[in-house]
Amino acid sequence: MTRLLSGGALIDRKTKLSFTFDGKEYRGVKGDTLASALLANGVRLVNRSYKYHRPRGVVTSGPEEPNALVNLGKGDRHEPNIRMTQIELFDGLEATSQNRFPTLKADVGVMNAAASKLYPAGFYYKTFIHPRPAWKHLFEPVIRRIAGLGRAPTEADPDTYEHQYAFCDVLVAGGGPAGLLAARRAGEAGERVMLVEQTERLGGRLLVDDDAEIDGRLAREWIDEQVAALEAMENVTVRLRTCASAAFDHGYTLLYERRADHKAPTGPRHRLWRVRAGRIVGATGMIERPIPFDGNDYPGVMLASAVRDYVRLYGVAPGARTVVYTTNDDGYRTALALHAAECEVAAILDSRPDPAGMLVERAREAGLRILPATGIGTVKGGLDGVRSIRTVRLDGTGETRFIESIDCDCVAMAGGWSPVVHLYSHSGGKVRWDADAAMYRPDPDHPPRNGTGEAYTIMIGGASGALTLADVLASAAGEGAAPSVHAASEHPAAPVWFTPSEGKAAYGGKHFLDYQNDVTVADIRLAAREGFESVEHAKRYTTLGMATDQGKLSNINGHAILAEALGKAMADVGTTTFRPPYTPISMGSIAGQEKGLLFKPVRQTALHDWHAAHGAEFEPVGDWRRPYRYQQGTEKRGASITREIGRVRKAVGLLDASTLGKITVKGPDAGAFLDRMYTNMMSTLKPGRCRYGLMCNDNGFLMDDGVVVRLDADTFLCHTTSGGSDRVHAWFEEWLQTEWFDLKVHTANVTEQWGQIAVAGPKARALIEALDGDVDVSAGALPFMGWTEGTLAGCPVRIFRISFSGELSFEIATPTGYALSLWEALMAAGADMGVGPYGTEALHVLRAEKGFIVIGDETDGTVTPHDVGLSWAVSKKKDDFIGKRAMMRSDLTRKGRKQLVGLLTDDPDYVLPDGAHALSADGRRAIGHVTSTYYSPTLKRSIAMALIEDGASKMGETLTVGIDRKTTVRARIASPVFYDKEGARQNV
Amino acid sequence: MLLIQCPYCGVEAEETEFAPGGEAHILRPGPDCTDAEWSAYLFERKNPRAVHHERWRHAFGCGKWFHMARHTHTLEVFGVYRADEAEPPQEIRDRIDARAAL
Ligand SMILES: [Zn+2]
Repeated sequence: MTRLLSGGALIDRKTKLSFTFDGKEYRGVKGDTLASALLANGVRLVNRSYKYHRPRGVVTSGPEEPNALVNLGKGDRHEPNIRMTQIELFDGLEATSQNRFPTLKADVGVMNAAASKLYPAGFYYKTFIHPRPAWKHLFEPVIRRIAGLGRAPTEADPDTYEHQYAFCDVLVAGGGPAGLLAARRAGEAGERVMLVEQTERLGGRLLVDDDAEIDGRLAREWIDEQVAALEAMENVTVRLRTCASAAFDHGYTLLYERRADHKAPTGPRHRLWRVRAGRIVGATGMIERPIPFDGNDYPGVMLASAVRDYVRLYGVAPGARTVVYTTNDDGYRTALALHAAECEVAAILDSRPDPAGMLVERAREAGLRILPATGIGTVKGGLDGVRSIRTVRLDGTGETRFIESIDCDCVAMAGGWSPVVHLYSHSGGKVRWDADAAMYRPDPDHPPRNGTGEAYTIMIGGASGALTLADVLASAAGEGAAPSVHAASEHPAAPVWFTPSEGKAAYGGKHFLDYQNDVTVADIRLAAREGFESVEHAKRYTTLGMATDQGKLSNINGHAILAEALGKAMADVGTTTFRPPYTPISMGSIAGQEKGLLFKPVRQTALHDWHAAHGAEFEPVGDWRRPYRYQQGTEKRGASITREIGRVRKAVGLLDASTLGKITVKGPDAGAFLDRMYTNMMSTLKPGRCRYGLMCNDNGFLMDDGVVVRLDADTFLCHTTSGGSDRVHAWFEEWLQTEWFDLKVHTANVTEQWGQIAVAGPKARALIEALDGDVDVSAGALPFMGWTEGTLAGCPVRIFRISFSGELSFEIATPTGYALSLWEALMAAGADMGVGPYGTEALHVLRAEKGFIVIGDETDGTVTPHDVGLSWAVSKKKDDFIGKRAMMRSDLTRKGRKQLVGLLTDDPDYVLPDGAHALSADGRRAIGHVTSTYYSPTLKRSIAMALIEDGASKMGETLTVGIDRKTTVRARIASPVFYDKEGARQNV
Repeated sequence: MLLIQCPYCGVEAEETEFAPGGEAHILRPGPDCTDAEWSAYLFERKNPRAVHHERWRHAFGCGKWFHMARHTHTLEVFGVYRADEAEPPQEIRDRIDARAAL
């Protein structure tokens, strides 16, 4: 629990750093992690457990850490759930503990532990079911308060993040001895190599276990030599602090680079690399397994490899007196490292009856006390962590017998090693249980395969299951000769999946499997007893492996316990799926640059700035921004809208209609093609004329509408809804390319090539005639639904005499670059006519007064043209069109379908809510709903459109509309055309 | 994230550059068909754990629709071919057969 006087391969003792944890100031040194610095300061209690609020300390020294999660930073740089073991210490670091209230040492949630008998697996599922309202108002808020990890930040993240793309022949994941050798060999073969390492240095476990010799050189010299060779090769890129997070289909790999923080003050903080690798070499190493015994979660109980790391890499003694509990020879390395650092080793407990081998002999020679066939039955401890252990005899029967108590403050667990097979598994590779080695290894017969069916991922080194340095390097050498290795040989391990406290059962204690989710051996056994026999079911029932560490420490032990409880072989129980990312990645890195204005591109018309300068309040329409209304002075919304409507009904208004979709359809078969795309006949349309058209899908439901213009014999211009242009263009292309590829037709989406201005109102013609030009817009020359072209105010124009307001109306299209100049000319020429712009809300009221539908308001994907009273636009003459067959289906022809009607409330000032339901006579059933509803300033009353069952035959009837639980409103069914039913106003 | 080659423009690109269009080679019956035939055309789709012939569009590229033979589980791509081909070309069928024989 203190800094040792010497040693610590990674630290620079001269560079002192200060930091705070829970507000208290501490000192560390350069090279420390937050975990090593806190251990050096004697801080062992760093967290409270998730469910039982038990005191917890650091267990590991790497990314597999389940306990030591902290809140890092504060304010807008606050980040929860960061693993202390991966936080490189920097000066001024601020961290706070989580999952405790009010403090770590006095946490009220600890009552959960006292009542832990009441919290078995599935407790939440079983208990908090009834009464239903209590879940929302009582149980859930309380459970969320107690069972939380860190709190989500509340302020926007000020840092920047980016996505990067890269391509390589070989991606080597992991910079340990295997990765270094594989990268070097591939580089020397001339391949483009990317080597990534999640920590900030290369060498892996060789940095810790550096007494081996490779090719006659000391381990450290060998590492330096590989690093120098890699740096010298231009075709090799080495990226540190970069984790191969995920592997997906066809060699697509995500790398998570922690670029900045304290390392680089400018530029993006994290990068998410999207790499297409020809092949992936996984050199991701192994993770040591803990051993389930009673109290294996007290602060001070750590992985043996982590104890060794703290001693050798950071010069920190995790305890003053350590007991090593091992199932294999590697545990002895930890004992020897402690001994060499002059830390007391109280005993080595070995699960094997007759430990032997070079490492065991060295421990014997060092005078360390070795207890064969012995395990830990119980750990005694408190808030300060481990105080003593009770040893038990392991005689192979599954029952244990108490031997003695040993005082200690640290326990090193060496439960064996699990290959990190995640990258292999992410992309479809299978893993296979190797009973002899007691590990899941990548199955070379079932590798991930790329798009041409070739295996593209191999795992090497520890990740392939190689346990000794010689095997690790041999697996990485590929075709070439493996380096010669001089290192201690090792004897087989004897895995211990569970040590009963005493006797046979797990009674009276907590044998933790999953520290982060507080899942114990008893929980898994309960799940098995209750029938959750599939490993995936047991996982979900107990939450084993479902925390942020994704079961890196717990899964294998948990599956072994399940296998034992079910009386099955490990291989028959199977394992859960490894899912990306390997370790949690920041939300910022996922978003990358795509936030704020870059989140989604916004489309603006050529007139956008004019609108903005004239009081426009914009609303999104598809990707467009359209003026909703133009505010004058401080007037309220309603006042603007009323003013704009009055202007169109009484004088003349201008609408920016540029957002309407415009698709050119050209070719000798254009008419025949459009006959199939629209419900009405388009081939008979004469050049110079326009026709309102409906488009359905093959279910017979409306999907778009708009005016079709015949420009010449071979060319049509199809207007679509503002949000629909891309969809409709893609729809045209799909049919042309995949169904009717015999038709000679080309299409082009020219939406953005044209600005379009609607000039609407009784003075519309006078306004256009007031401009210089060669177009004749008189009633005789340009009748309703005709079009002409020419020049107006110096702009080349097409003028369509169409109306969406029911007034005399012209839509003038001009190339986008002319749009502003034409708009300004119209504004100037109409000044004394009362001209002005109107926005989309006025547009909607104007069209609703006329009973014109809007796709998406009156239609919802289940509405046919017949339902909305547009049967006249469905051709009976055509052999086929999209939607024709579907409209013959019984459901689309039955009585009782909802039909479009108008609704007039008894109270003319009451505006129905949008979407309100109309009720049947007995009030028990909804018979339709309101689709559009407004106050009409023209009619000085409310109007609404609605889809009502058999509505067309109920004209004049009164129905009831439900507003809320208590209120209903009466309304009369009327024609949806509320204003100028004869259409006289547009025919002048 | 598949890697797909467009048979028209030849570009090999990320899956995100393409848009999937479901099962290929579905014949659209005429308006005289039965309800059952129409329903099959609209709704009935294969969902094999096997080679699937499917439609894709080079949506953020040349815009062309094409066909692809892809194994839905191994994600192996046996080839791409034109949208106006009514069945996969012989060479693609040979490749599928060769894989099945392994
Ligand atoms: Zn293409």
